[in-house]
Amino acid sequence: MLQLFEYGFIQNAFLAALLMSVTCGIIGTYIVSRRMVFISGGITHASFGGVGIGYFFGFPPLAGAALFAVLAALTTENLTRRKVMRNDSIIAIMWSLGMALGIIFVYLTPGYAPNLMSFLFGSIITVSKTDLWLMLILAIVVSIFFTILFKPILFIAFDEQFAKTRGIPVMLLNYLLIILVALTIVLSIRIAGIILVLSVLTIPQNIANLFTNRFGRIMIGSIILGFIASIMGLVISYYLDLPSGATIIFSLVVMYIAARFIKVVKFGRGNEHK
Amino acid sequence: MDRPLIHIRDMDAAYQRSLVLSGVCLSVYDRDFIGIIGPNGGGKTTLLKVILGQLKPLKGTIDYSLDRSEIGYLPQGNQVDESFPITVREVVAAGLEHGLKLSIRTNPSENHKVGSILEKVGLVSLQYRSIGELSGGELQRTMLARAIVSSPRLLVLDEPDTHVDNRFEIELYELLRELNETMTILLVSHDIGTISPYIKTIACVNRDLHYHTSNEINEEQLKVYNCPIEIITHGTVPHRVMKEHNH
Repeated sequence: MLQLFEYGFIQNAFLAALLMSVTCGIIGTYIVSRRMVFISGGITHASFGGVGIGYFFGFPPLAGAALFAVLAALTTENLTRRKVMRNDSIIAIMWSLGMALGIIFVYLTPGYAPNLMSFLFGSIITVSKTDLWLMLILAIVVSIFFTILFKPILFIAFDEQFAKTRGIPVMLLNYLLIILVALTIVLSIRIAGIILVLSVLTIPQNIANLFTNRFGRIMIGSIILGFIASIMGLVISYYLDLPSGATIIFSLVVMYIAARFIKVVKFGRGNEHK
Repeated sequence: MDRPLIHIRDMDAAYQRSLVLSGVCLSVYDRDFIGIIGPNGGGKTTLLKVILGQLKPLKGTIDYSLDRSEIGYLPQGNQVDESFPITVREVVAAGLEHGLKLSIRTNPSENHKVGSILEKVGLVSLQYRSIGELSGGELQRTMLARAIVSSPRLLVLDEPDTHVDNRFEIELYELLRELNETMTILLVSHDIGTISPYIKTIACVNRDLHYHTSNEINEEQLKVYNCPIEIITHGTVPHRVMKEHNH
């Protein structure tokens, strides 16, 4: 198996898996703990609008996706705060509007849209050097942000109203965090795909949460578990010649089932979810 | 008398144009123990939100002679997500935050404060448990510890006795009586019978606010203020006197 690493694209894939695991391990813990999985789904699908516009106007689809994801995140956050509409309805609109725009612009783009499938289903094998640099920068920013602001983030996620009474700038942090969530989603789309990306932000966290109830430990556990699953998925994908996004998700689910089994055998039935 | 800690003058408050409080005046002095009572939807929590600076009043003024960080707050009990991955100790430490601090390590004096408050409320043995593993009373004690860990000058409690058993309720009010020796307390409750022996004065909130300078309310006052509550007096044993009723 070691000879695999002689291929440049496998080295890139390995680095991408590592960087994605760090970013998604941290951001995913925030998303899962704060029950933001649905809004994350909305941001993910809204970004497809940007992909389509990127193809049509001939700029990098990833940039379009980032723009759409951040706009969708900020709009959802803002409309929810101002109680303009029900939160889940806003998310549903962002979700389908983004997909609709994406479909329209991909359809209008003359000829074949290269890599379209990799945006939908992910492709860890085809990550570029540019993608890797962007992922490295994001991983560093997210790691630093969550390290120096660990306590304020934890307190806001747990009880926003109380955090406000302690003078923590809740709104500012909420907006910064939702932007980081959006950017994390967009850069992970290259690897896991729009359809599958939610699972790399939620399954490692739920496995870790089986064994620990502490925010910081769930983050670290998720990073490790996410990385193991990505490598497993990558290897399976290579040897069985299957799409890597799907094999990574499949590895995660298998790991989750195994972890649940281990937990029941070793610790008895837990009550980690209420 | 000294300057009040909080002085509210002719204050109106509203949510999206529906007026909840109107013409409210209230002075909170040092070492007061004020019970805020009134019907559901009468504006008790809204009054607290205004005092805490979470809701801007529509009209009127509020003068503070203390810093916002000197207010400890216990929110209504049913608002936290019990499956959130956070330990008792971490929850309590939230009460010491003030503004935005960038830090990697907790400082020793904060650790010490959290430790001594956990001892005071009897949660030392549970400090590394996550909150999902606690009983209702233990969770409420955790939230109370978070409210008082900063040794606030003013403690604001929103219905601290819901979701807790009788035994903890008595412990809670005894603890509040002790805390009242060093801090001013504003307590919202729907159950004036329980809080009456502990509080010093009563504020009835039902859109407007009526302040009673004792912890007793007689029928006369009830008629004048149209407060939909029971009449309270005290003997050597605290008890309630109910209005005449048909059964």
